[in-house]
Amino acid sequence: MSARPPTVRVAAGQGFWGDWLEAPQRQVTGGAIDYLMMDYLAEVTMSILQKQKSRDASLGYATDFVTQMERILPTVVERGIKVTANAGGVNPRACAAAVADVARKLGLAGKLKLGVVTGDDLLSRLDGLVARGHDLKNLDTGRPLRDVRDRVLSANAYLGAAPVVDALERGAQVVITGRVTDTGLTLGPLMHAFGWPRDAWDLIAAGTVAGHIIECGAQASGGNCLEDWEHIPDLANVGYPIVEAQPNGTFELIKHPRTGGRIDVAGVTEQLVYEMGDPREYITPDGIADFTTIELSQVGKDRVRVSGVRGKPATDKLKVSIAYFYGYKAVGTLVYAWPNALQKAQAADRVLRQRLADLGLKFDAILTEFVGATATHGALALQEIDAEAIPEVQLRMGVRAGDKKPVDRFTRELAPLILNGPPSVTGFAGGRPKPEEIVAYWPALIDRNVVEPKVEIVEA
Amino acid sequence: MKKGRSGRRLRILRLVDIAHARSGDKGDTANIGLIARHPKDYPLLVKQVTAARVARHFKDMIKGPVERFELPNLHALNFLLHGALDGGGTISLKTDAQGKVFSTALLRMTIEARP
Repeated sequence: MSARPPTVRVAAGQGFWGDWLEAPQRQVTGGAIDYLMMDYLAEVTMSILQKQKSRDASLGYATDFVTQMERILPTVVERGIKVTANAGGVNPRACAAAVADVARKLGLAGKLKLGVVTGDDLLSRLDGLVARGHDLKNLDTGRPLRDVRDRVLSANAYLGAAPVVDALERGAQVVITGRVTDTGLTLGPLMHAFGWPRDAWDLIAAGTVAGHIIECGAQASGGNCLEDWEHIPDLANVGYPIVEAQPNGTFELIKHPRTGGRIDVAGVTEQLVYEMGDPREYITPDGIADFTTIELSQVGKDRVRVSGVRGKPATDKLKVSIAYFYGYKAVGTLVYAWPNALQKAQAADRVLRQRLADLGLKFDAILTEFVGATATHGALALQEIDAEAIPEVQLRMGVRAGDKKPVDRFTRELAPLILNGPPSVTGFAGGRPKPEEIVAYWPALIDRNVVEPKVEIVEA
Repeated sequence: MKKGRSGRRLRILRLVDIAHARSGDKGDTANIGLIARHPKDYPLLVKQVTAARVARHFKDMIKGPVERFELPNLHALNFLLHGALDGGGTISLKTDAQGKVFSTALLRMTIEARP
């Protein structure tokens, strides 16, 4: 066995599919790192990818990842950086094949091993699982899956760090996974590099907290940070966060030198509480982290130490992310100007609702917001502002229904208001809104023992 | 300034002056992490920014109950606002379908403190 390193650096390259295209290149060239982790999968992404795969069996993964790899692979190979990414979506093998092609094109044939993690996709097994008594009840509503079974588009169990560790132990330099948790992409490298046992619960929890902090990219290094935001330097040149971990589970958050942004206790705290549930039980497939045990300290400029993290054993369940077809929605907007901008927008809302009712259209929901007045803070905002002085208000109305027809008709009812509704209205240049399909999310749990992660190694 | 029960004068503070916050979503639930800017103000948040008080603050914006969790190590409170996002995720018709700025609405709340 090779000697264990004193510290290991895991750098965040993408916080979601659509994140800054410059970030991965800057992370691999801006200073020394050991691993680059890239998170691509939001809850609904899987269903979009499943749809692409059903049209073309060679698709179903995050194609941007392949473009990114084409750009960074020469540096990655030269510097011996390892990459973990859940860019495989619902087709990790096809994603790996595309990356292997790119590697060969770059003259890296024979120089790159790819690890492919599958086994998360339960779509083809769904009926068998339900028949064997796995009712996959909706965690929020308690309803059984049979309510929407005929409309299910994708079903994926969340895998943890374990298969990522397997792939790394088998020599993979780039690990491409399906639905592996965001945190597993950081924890896996640390378990591999330090030889952390799978039941070392405090270490597992520490690596999970590290993963949670950097999984949203620059949200841990000055992006979207409210505290003293006006003084966060040079966001145009923001450095994405890097975990510099020690074998005992203590780690420090840093960023590359000569980058913008800020790493401080306030910002890291903001990211720790982001999307948090019960802080004592942050549950992942790898274990449970207790966020009330985390200790933070500023140990240098742009350097925050995280220590003391305690954990508990993993549960015998895995979370399953199921996507199903719900129906249609459309959102349209008009802008009303002073004087009495808000009152005009409110009057237009009443007119529109009356017309929709008179047409006998049935919707599951109609939602009106007055952007510029109450859209994000509701009535709380009006207690503190002079409504009379508002220069303009955007009327934003949305509808949703299982059936497309009423949604379609709604999209034709907005434009007429410009001529036959309240005055001082503009902002319809975009044309009428388009009805969109709604793919909804169905969270559930399943027994861990029915899910079997698989790891393959592919040579470029 | 107004007088408290003990006759001592109380100061009205807005949360935005002593705390910062970040929020996100889990389905139809919005979470708000409320963080004391100075550790000395954390007990004040614990005492005054109760789950019931937050539920009243958001009564016109959410349909379900409010839960609160304490993180004394981070000088932070975590609130779960259920039924806050018009169904959440892709179903929601809201501008803030993922609850990203719910946190800032909480910062409008006022509390009373001894000067």
